Order: sequence, then structure tokens, then C-alpha cells
Amino acid sequence: MAELEKTIKLEYEVGKEEFSKAGLASSNIKKVLNQIGIDAKVVRRVAIAAYESEINIVIHSEGGKITTEISHDKITVTAHDKGNGIENIEKAMTKGFSTASNEAREMGFGAGMGLPNMKRTSDQFSIESSKGAETKVEMIFNI
Amino acid sequence: MLLREAKEILDAEILAGEEYMDREVEAAFSCDLMSDVLAFVDDKVLLLTGLTNLQVIRTAEMLDLSNIVFVRGKKPNEEVCRLAREKKMVLMGVKHTLFEASGMLYKSGLGAIKIEGA
Repeated sequence: MAELEKTIKLEYEVGKEEFSKAGLASSNIKKVLNQIGIDAKVVRRVAIAAYESEINIVIHSEGGKITTEISHDKITVTAHDKGNGIENIEKAMTKGFSTASNEAREMGFGAGMGLPNMKRTSDQFSIESSKGAETKVEMIFNI
Repeated sequence: MLLREAKEILDAEILAGEEYMDREVEAAFSCDLMSDVLAFVDDKVLLLTGLTNLQVIRTAEMLDLSNIVFVRGKKPNEEVCRLAREKKMVLMGVKHTLFEASGMLYKSGLGAIKIEGA
């Protein structure tokens, strides 16, 4: 891959309960990463994490945005929503734990694998949230 | 296994991607939970599912997974098929249950995926 001279920044708004649009942002992120020649395995990991974030914002939040920053040595994906926060992060990180609605389950989500998947696919993972507040998830992928 | 062979075994109807039936799949995964698909599946895997919504195609897209069989006689709508065609995916529909379709493919030599730590 040709070395990137400057950081590329992509930002997408993700709407509350917009199930039909969920995945559009991640699809675009994937397209851009492929276009600039990032290794296919890394692209896939980023795509999975971005998509899980997008689904989480659609299912659980009041809406938010996904930001992707691509520099010469890493890709940073940040999912930032407008609330209503996670009461118990440790519980939310447990495989199989979910508070998703029936509508989300009918779409094939709500299996309690979203956050664990995001942590698994990224090289660095951090989450900030509390009940009633915004949630911010940051994932870093080394390239 | 070639998709063409899977189609014969399952007596499947091709819903999208007729031109890609010479593609090969190395294993299959049967699941209605897209989060589990995202957690466990690699490319070159045939996905069997009873879900027919847009998120199945989006999930497959993120994984570079291009081949999907819909079971229990379910068929996705045109919007779903259109997105699949745009992504060069193969969609097939079968009348069998998820268990039956999986068993038919397994019996014919198509194996399961390996799950880390399981």
C-alpha cells in the first residue's frame, strides 16, 4: 500500500431504529478501505466492528455517528451515540447478554455478541458509558 | 463443493447470481443469528438461513461471504435480491428446513466451519 500522506476522515450519521439503512455506513467504510488498498483481512475486521457498532446505534440508542480515521499506521473507528447509556458495561460485554428489542431480534441481532465481536476484531478497544449518558466506543486497528 | 453441486443436492431455486454457480465453498454454516454469523464465519462459506431481510446481505457483505441459501421456502424481496446482485452474491431458495438442508449437504461431503475456543 502506498503510504498515506495525510489522515482520511469519514463520518456517517446513524439514525435511531433505521433498520433498513443499517449497514450503509459500514458498507461505505469498507469500500473506501478497499479502494486505498488496505489488506483484505484488516478491511474485514474493520467492517465487522463498524457494522456491529452501526447495528448497536440503530437498536439501542437515540441515534449517533460513526467516524473512521485512516492514518499511515492505523484505522480508528469511533461510534458515538446520543444516549441513553449502558448501566453495567461489564454485563454488556458478556457474550450472550442482550437488552435488544423483538424487532432487533427479528432482524437477526440481539444475540449478545455485538460488543464482544467488536472487542475481538479490534487491536485496541475502549468503551465509555453510564446510565442516561452518551456511549462512546473506540476501536483501533493496526495496519 | 461447487455451488452448482449444492443446487442439485438441495433442488434449489436460484434467486440471484446465476452466473457465479461455478464458485466453490469449503464449508457451511446454518444460523438465523447474524451476530453469530459475524462472530464465526469466514469467506468461502455457504450460509444457510431462514432470515430474508436486508441485514443478511449486509452481514454477508462485511464478511466477504457471497453465497446464501434461504430455507423453509422463504424468499427475500426484490430489494434484497437487487443488493445481492450488486454485491455479486449467489442467493438460492430451498423448500427444506434448516436441519434437513444442512444434513443433505453434510451427507454429500460439505463440512462445518471450525469455531475457535469451542
